[in-house]
Amino acid sequence: MKRLARLPAFGAVLFAAGLLLLWQGLADRQFISPVFFPSPSRTLAELTRQIASGQLWKPLEATAARMFFGWALASLAGVVLGAAIGFSRRARDFLEPSLEFMRPLPASAVIPVAILFLGLSNAMTVAVVAFGAVWPVLLAAVHGFASVEPQLMEVSAALRLSRKDLFLKIAAPSALPDILAGARVSLAIALILAVVTEMQASQIGLGQNILLAQRSFRSPELYAGVVTLGVMGFAINHAIVVLERRLLRWRGAHEQ
Amino acid sequence: MKRILRGALLPFLVFALWEAGSRAGVLPMDTFSRPSDIALAFAAGVADGSIPLATWLTVQAALVGFAIAAVAGILVGVILGLSPPLERTVGPSIEALRPVPAVALTPLTLLLFGFGLRMEAAVVAFACIWPVLLVTVAAVRGIEPRLLEVARTLQLGFPVRLRKIILPAALGRIVVGLRVAVSISLIVAVTVEIIMNPRGLGYGMIIAQQSLQPALMYAQLLWLGLLGWGLNALLTRAFGRWHGAFGPGVNP
Repeated sequence: MKRLARLPAFGAVLFAAGLLLLWQGLADRQFISPVFFPSPSRTLAELTRQIASGQLWKPLEATAARMFFGWALASLAGVVLGAAIGFSRRARDFLEPSLEFMRPLPASAVIPVAILFLGLSNAMTVAVVAFGAVWPVLLAAVHGFASVEPQLMEVSAALRLSRKDLFLKIAAPSALPDILAGARVSLAIALILAVVTEMQASQIGLGQNILLAQRSFRSPELYAGVVTLGVMGFAINHAIVVLERRLLRWRGAHEQ
Repeated sequence: MKRILRGALLPFLVFALWEAGSRAGVLPMDTFSRPSDIALAFAAGVADGSIPLATWLTVQAALVGFAIAAVAGILVGVILGLSPPLERTVGPSIEALRPVPAVALTPLTLLLFGFGLRMEAAVVAFACIWPVLLVTVAAVRGIEPRLLEVARTLQLGFPVRLRKIILPAALGRIVVGLRVAVSISLIVAVTVEIIMNPRGLGYGMIIAQQSLQPALMYAQLLWLGLLGWGLNALLTRAFGRWHGAFGPGVNP
């Protein structure tokens, strides 16, 4: 049984390895241009060189910090605004149309405006990341706070909970799953925007590294940067899934 | 009616205060500009054809990229959806590509294609293919097995099977992925223009900002907002109607 279960994974690894080998072979024999498609071994060598020399950490840290602060700001704003809109009919009437207009706006389109106000600074990049990453959290929070189970509301009315207790003990926990799901999407967007803004604003980071590598035709370095970003995207997504499971453990227990 | 008035209050206040603050000299012109100037800049941009042209270039790149993603995503998705063993083999390799931010590939596409439509469309296609592909795999896997058995009994060839059985049965759900992809396509196209590609609305905004024409920059930004909003409203309507006509009932 166990061997059968492992078989598909084996096939998948074999396929991926075959693909890389094919690439390696084609690049070594110069069937494909090593300038555009450097062989995987050269990319890997570049990556290990960056890790060994410690060159990788500074841009990685800068991009991660930019992403994190923008995301944290977006989450805070998203939850506060979302709670207001989800909780109060009136706030919804006043705010929703304006937000609906701003939401489909490409976040990168506010970069010129942000540069105008904040210059080519870290504050600018964080502001743009926050603007772009706020929407998924905001929508999720609105939905979460607006769809608290009626029975829970009845219970809290029967217990005569104050509005503050109602918010902290009933509404917030029941909106948490939605908010976390939204925050996960936001984090992915935050990474993308962190890369975009540092490309545009020439701030230190992985995005700028990729851009500089391209300008000087150091393609293994370019690929190493793309791989690093891919691994980073995968890792943060995985991390927040784990966090989600942790924070929502009570929910599974009570539903089963 | 009351709701519409309430919703219009905030934008109205913002623009009124903006205009008043600018006239009173509180808001500096070189960063804030002012709404009346923005309207004039927009009118001038439309009159000399530069804004319509930039809009067309952006939309063109978004559409080409989206079309590539839609065809490739549906094709690969159908193949993977029909064959679970193949999906298990190829799937993880595809999954490994998915977390790569599409815009990180912009420098690579510049190396490959140079400036212009092709590099922009390539990045858009990479970004748009994921929702289409994932939804198509799920949709094809959800097709009523009896339909596929009928196709096998009738000994239909693959193209006929695709056209007459698979696509009609799965399209209701594939459309969901396509709708997501359309929204992404415009966003990514503008982003590529802002970072490096010298064409379209994104580039127009950057140039307006760098040449100290904030009014033109805001005009293009607001126009872009309107464009995205319109596209979204259009899709919601079209998608809603589609859902009603074809119905989820065909493919539960």
